[in-house]
Amino acid sequence: MSVLQALDIGLALLVFAVAAWTIFAPGAFSATVGYVVYGLLLSLVWIRLFAVDVALTEAAIGSGVTGVLLIGAAARLREAKTAGDEKSLSGLPRLLIAGLCTLVALALAAVALLFPDQGPSLAPQSMRRLPETGLGNPVTAVLIAYRAFDTMLEKVVLVLAVVGVWSLAADRYWGGAPGEARLARPEPTLAFLAQVLAPLGVLVGIHIFWVGADEPGGAFQGGAILAAMWMIAMMARLTEAPRTSAFWLRLALVAGPLVFLIAGVAGAIFAGSFFAYPPGFAKPVILFIETFMVLSIAVALPMLVAGPPRREPPR
Amino acid sequence: MSLVIDLFGVAAIGAGVFFFVAGAAGLLRFPDALSRLHALTKADNLGLGLIVLGLLPRSTSPLAALKLIAIWALVLLAGATTAQLVGRAVRRKGSAA
Repeated sequence: MSVLQALDIGLALLVFAVAAWTIFAPGAFSATVGYVVYGLLLSLVWIRLFAVDVALTEAAIGSGVTGVLLIGAAARLREAKTAGDEKSLSGLPRLLIAGLCTLVALALAAVALLFPDQGPSLAPQSMRRLPETGLGNPVTAVLIAYRAFDTMLEKVVLVLAVVGVWSLAADRYWGGAPGEARLARPEPTLAFLAQVLAPLGVLVGIHIFWVGADEPGGAFQGGAILAAMWMIAMMARLTEAPRTSAFWLRLALVAGPLVFLIAGVAGAIFAGSFFAYPPGFAKPVILFIETFMVLSIAVALPMLVAGPPRREPPR
Repeated sequence: MSLVIDLFGVAAIGAGVFFFVAGAAGLLRFPDALSRLHALTKADNLGLGLIVLGLLPRSTSPLAALKLIAIWALVLLAGATTAQLVGRAVRRKGSAA
């Protein structure tokens, strides 16, 4: 057994152990920490499978943003529990959920084990047509060119998620700002981190988006990093979430799917079919769409984390 | 020349791994939260720093070397900040558990 094989087996065992710990962790907060570690280990697994794009997404979205969302949810659940509004699930529903989750996991494992050695693959075709898109990264080509419609719908889902979160606001807060107000004297440690990290993070986010055309990276990963920088600035309370009725905010939220859809319709008129890109201009069009997707993602994720409006809008 | 780089790399990365192991042992063995934090910072600062130092001569381009150093600097920043925040939370709670 080579060293790399031993490392892979060790990594797989570690993933299993952390997954089990996450399930049996004593409280919601510990389970969330376990889940974040699990996500980071999974991204190492993806790197070992040479899927760096997936690894980046797993680290940024699966572990990072979802981790922040879950920690927020755990904190709110704890408040609700101490207030007596929320009860823990009793035995039977718990058992049912565990049973169904196990069933899904077993079914997935069975399918993975039943794969033929040489699975059906569209990889050769997609690599052959890659030069026509002007891109060097086949993952970006799949996302924005080959299955553009699916990616556009994913962005619509993100907008719907934000609308869903906002809908939880009490009537009098509708249109108001979510989260805490900014402080004149923010907590110094977090403020320092936000001030030093945010400019670097914005640079890294844009870089990841830009190199995504030819190397691992892309709109989703870059947008998630930009989103994280805004979240840190809000958590440090250097800045506050905007009013949810702000026109620029709503425009930025829908800009990604909207530009994508317009490009798709333009394809139907100028390039012969819905979501087709004109030959020779594919790369500029793709980058144009991606720019607005980055904007939408960078705005939508912090709005999900900020939660429903909790302050009254000015009259 | 490559032998020197290899020896340097093995020595630096080995020292880095030693600090990570020591940090992990401290995290498991030290009695209270503040000393556990103290153990962790050694792994972050020195351990990762030495590993980056060992990898630097092997980087393929100056840009890659710069990225390695940037990773170390970012981990330093994040580690120092979280250590401060955890330390403050421990003090506010008033327990050393």
